[in-house]
Amino acid sequence: MTDRPLKVLIAKPGLDGHDRGAKVLARGLRDEGFEVVYTGLRQTPEMIVTAALQEDVDVVGLSILSGAHMTLVPRICSLLRERGMEDVLVTAGGIIPDDDVPALKESGVAAVFGPGTTIAQVADFLRANARPRD
Amino acid sequence: MTETHAPTVDETAAAERAGSLCDAALAGDRRALARLLTAVENRTPVAEAALRRLYPIAGHAQLIGITGPPGAGKSTLVAALIAELRRAGRPVAVVAVDPSSPITGGAVLGDRVRMQSYATDDGVFIRSMASRGHSGGLSAATAAAAAVFDAAGFDVVLIETVGTGQSEVEVAATADTTVVVEAPEMGDEIQAIKAGLLEVADIIVVNKGDRPGAHRTAGQLHAMLADAPRESRPGRPVPKHPEVLVTIAATGEGVPELLVALDRHRSAVVGTEGNATRMARAEAQIWTALSDRLHERARSFEAAPIAAALLSSVAAHELDPYAAADRLLDLMVGTNRDDAAGK
Repeated sequence: MTDRPLKVLIAKPGLDGHDRGAKVLARGLRDEGFEVVYTGLRQTPEMIVTAALQEDVDVVGLSILSGAHMTLVPRICSLLRERGMEDVLVTAGGIIPDDDVPALKESGVAAVFGPGTTIAQVADFLRANARPRD
Repeated sequence: MTETHAPTVDETAAAERAGSLCDAALAGDRRALARLLTAVENRTPVAEAALRRLYPIAGHAQLIGITGPPGAGKSTLVAALIAELRRAGRPVAVVAVDPSSPITGGAVLGDRVRMQSYATDDGVFIRSMASRGHSGGLSAATAAAAAVFDAAGFDVVLIETVGTGQSEVEVAATADTTVVVEAPEMGDEIQAIKAGLLEVADIIVVNKGDRPGAHRTAGQLHAMLADAPRESRPGRPVPKHPEVLVTIAATGEGVPELLVALDRHRSAVVGTEGNATRMARAEAQIWTALSDRLHERARSFEAAPIAAALLSSVAAHELDPYAAADRLLDLMVGTNRDDAAGK
């Protein structure tokens, strides 16, 4: 089923209350032809992983501005693996220092998108890297 | 043409995959259930094989449609109903449909935002679906998705439509009970007697009951709809007499009463007109499947030489489009239509 839209979960883990970026991205990916599930602010890793599982998404995009990414992102990646979703593509965005990127990738994140990334760059990356589906 | 044929390799593989997904989903594996729903949504061969297996064990869940204009509070009401159902220990599934872009095919599925408190509760399963070009307020796969949840043992399936206008009434053919959610001051008595959405309501909820005018709106709807004449005449459909309730979904006020009304409607339906509702649903599903199949076959004819020949004839005005369509239809179904009609 190659013509089916890719399904992406855009999630805001943790306590930061700023989701303008996440909403802009959700809308931008909609315009790129993706089906985007947006779950709102202040999500626990368990909430995000449950939503990813129930929605059977191809991609989980995490938006974090609070600085808690080194705790939250690896936790989400390991919960995804625990629940058999190692084939889901995980990306992160927001304010994430370059020094933290290698560790995040080590934990299972495929890409980190910093400020200045265009919607088109994100869309192209997801299309090229999301899991092949049956 | 292809009444009996040996299963192809693809069909065998699809049946095997469907079998293992169904086994796992019925045993409580939520990931397998999610994958099944994806197959159903994408209308793959796996989905067809799975439905063949699941349909006979479905039919026990209470299917509740929640519809109404954008922003009336459908998702918030669904969240409040989930809370109430979970207090009673009843497992509940949600199919929440949001519109797809007619331009790009993309969609923002935002209904989960109001339903996030159940991450660790295995008795709640929420699935968002994009309408994918299907009109009528649902997606083409919504009824099949509800059947999958039904077979998987969910006691209640809440079906939330896209924000509707006046005439997206498909949910009424999909659910046992249709709830139309309105916000206060959405219209006067004339709006209430217009044909369309309100006609299919089994229960009308005026949400945001703390806003000014909520009770007046409910009163008007009640006067116009619940008190409509009840006499039935032979050959004429009996109009529905929806209950009108007021809720504040955000706080849960009025929601226990709504659940009681839903259960009351369901008992009434199962007792009397239940058969009619289910017959209507079966009819709608069969016609949908039939037109899908015909559409598929029609597409397989697009490249056929006969199609090109007919196309040229119509373009040259040697043949009219209806006659051309009839010829193609005859070829597709492999019978003469007059024979099929028993003439």
